Amino acid sequence: MLEIVNYLAGFAILASVYAVLALGLNVHWGVTGLMNIGIAGFFALGAYTTALLTTPPPDPAKFEQFVFGGNLPGLFQRWGVGGDLWFLAGLAAAALVCALVALLIGLVTLRLREEYLAIVTLGIAETIRRVFLNESWLGNGSRGLYQIPKFLGNLAAPWLYDLLYAGVALALLLALFFIVERTLRSPWGRVLRAIREDEVTAAASGKNVFRFKLQAFVLGALIMGIGGGVYAHGFRFIDPFTFDPLLATFIVWVMLMVGGSGKSAGALLGALVIWGAWSGSQLLPGYLSNPNLRYLLLGVAMVLVLLLRPQGLLGRR
Amino acid sequence: MPAFSLNTGTQTAPLLELRQVVKDFGGLRAVDRCSFAVCQGTITALIGPNGAGKTTLFNLITGFLKPDGGSIWFQGRRIDGQPSHKIVRLGILRTFQVPRELEAMTVLENLLLVPAGQTGERPWAVWLLPRRVAREEQALRRQAGQVLEFLGLVHLADAPAGSLSTGQKKLLELGRTLMASPSLVLLDEPGAGVNPTLMNLLAGHIRSLCRERGITFLIIAHDMELVMRLCDPIVVLDHGSVIAQGAPDEVRHNPEVVRAYLGGPV
Repeated sequence: MLEIVNYLAGFAILASVYAVLALGLNVHWGVTGLMNIGIAGFFALGAYTTALLTTPPPDPAKFEQFVFGGNLPGLFQRWGVGGDLWFLAGLAAAALVCALVALLIGLVTLRLREEYLAIVTLGIAETIRRVFLNESWLGNGSRGLYQIPKFLGNLAAPWLYDLLYAGVALALLLALFFIVERTLRSPWGRVLRAIREDEVTAAASGKNVFRFKLQAFVLGALIMGIGGGVYAHGFRFIDPFTFDPLLATFIVWVMLMVGGSGKSAGALLGALVIWGAWSGSQLLPGYLSNPNLRYLLLGVAMVLVLLLRPQGLLGRR
Repeated sequence: MPAFSLNTGTQTAPLLELRQVVKDFGGLRAVDRCSFAVCQGTITALIGPNGAGKTTLFNLITGFLKPDGGSIWFQGRRIDGQPSHKIVRLGILRTFQVPRELEAMTVLENLLLVPAGQTGERPWAVWLLPRRVAREEQALRRQAGQVLEFLGLVHLADAPAGSLSTGQKKLLELGRTLMASPSLVLLDEPGAGVNPTLMNLLAGHIRSLCRERGITFLIIAHDMELVMRLCDPIVVLDHGSVIAQGAPDEVRHNPEVVRAYLGGPV
């Protein structure tokens, strides 16, 4: 019984994280038409930022090279800030770092044709992963970061943490969903949709296309960074392989395509359906649960949706 | 020959002026030391055979292309090389030869997009100044409603713009320019693909906008009958330069113009 509960809690946490990533991608691609194929980069950056800021400094006896560890929970306690507010500070930092990196990437690439953004984001995502892999003083290399603190860890027995945190992840997801939806249902969102439809018309209508693209790129990246932060405190272990392009970029694209590009609700539904199919297929008997075959099926699923229902489950023509 | 020539025989000051404008595409000189002026309150036609450089000129004036030489002036201000959105803000609006409506957005949204300086165009405004955004949005809707009424498109306000007929899309393009309260509107072949009835309607709109709201028009057109009826003066372009300009009757009988159109000596 407990195993099932824990499995479902783990599923809910990951599905929520993916939904947050898909929500960010929807701002990029679904609404504005920015082709970001480096979701993994912002996901990693968010997760590492909050993990590095909140873990206690490493024991020099155990970690020879790894030196970082912001110990935010300890600091907050010393400053007399009660509760687990360090968690929100960590997420805010993750969002901020991703926003800054997105701003830099955007300033360089968003004036160019859209393909450049795709290539650059792909490259930067891999670069970010490699930095955490190779700079072992920063991210403990391939051994990764562990003992990432538990948010609200004191409230529940250890075996209940996943369930508690699933609730936290879900609440954060819904809050982000609401914020994004309200922000997009505005003249600002209208300009973004216009840019997706036809950049030239948007410019001929007097819109500074570059500036709006930059704003959208930063907003989407910031959301992805929060997704990374949520992931870090849920699994409490991250390493560079967590942010492998297949499971950190490609699958998010499948989720958005299947759910319905252009709609926040589509991003959420797609994350649920695809993550359900992906993790459910793990339980298939024998050869069917082979990860390579599952990747293949994921690709087939996306192609089928694009052929049969190109607007996605919730999208509109 | 003077460094630049002003439109002859007009009383008003030039609103837009091109001086020796040059544009090259690789080895091809699309616009070659082109100079002319568009005077306030006129409906000026820009005509010329295919490939004469008319649309390229529109792109140069509206900032979609930068000239390789010469200068463009609007209300006494130099505007060449400025980005399109800034030129729109100065009051120069354009339409496209093939309508570029925002297909998946409604006709109303196509119009609401246009007005500059909307508070709600800042992503945080909807959170910090929701009342002001709502108030402005209401005013924009009223303005868009008037434009739709003027164009006779009210019944299509909530239809996706992509579902309109070609003629209706042309009207929508005109509507888009009106939403910006323009002083100069450039129309790129407003008559192409439009049936004669709708074309007459469009011509009537243009005339009334010019007379009643003082909007100046520069129109690329191939339909000579329309040009002669609607426009004065006419600027004739060939191989990227102006070969004639003046009142319809002068231009019609200009041997240079006849040669350019018929491709040989008269």
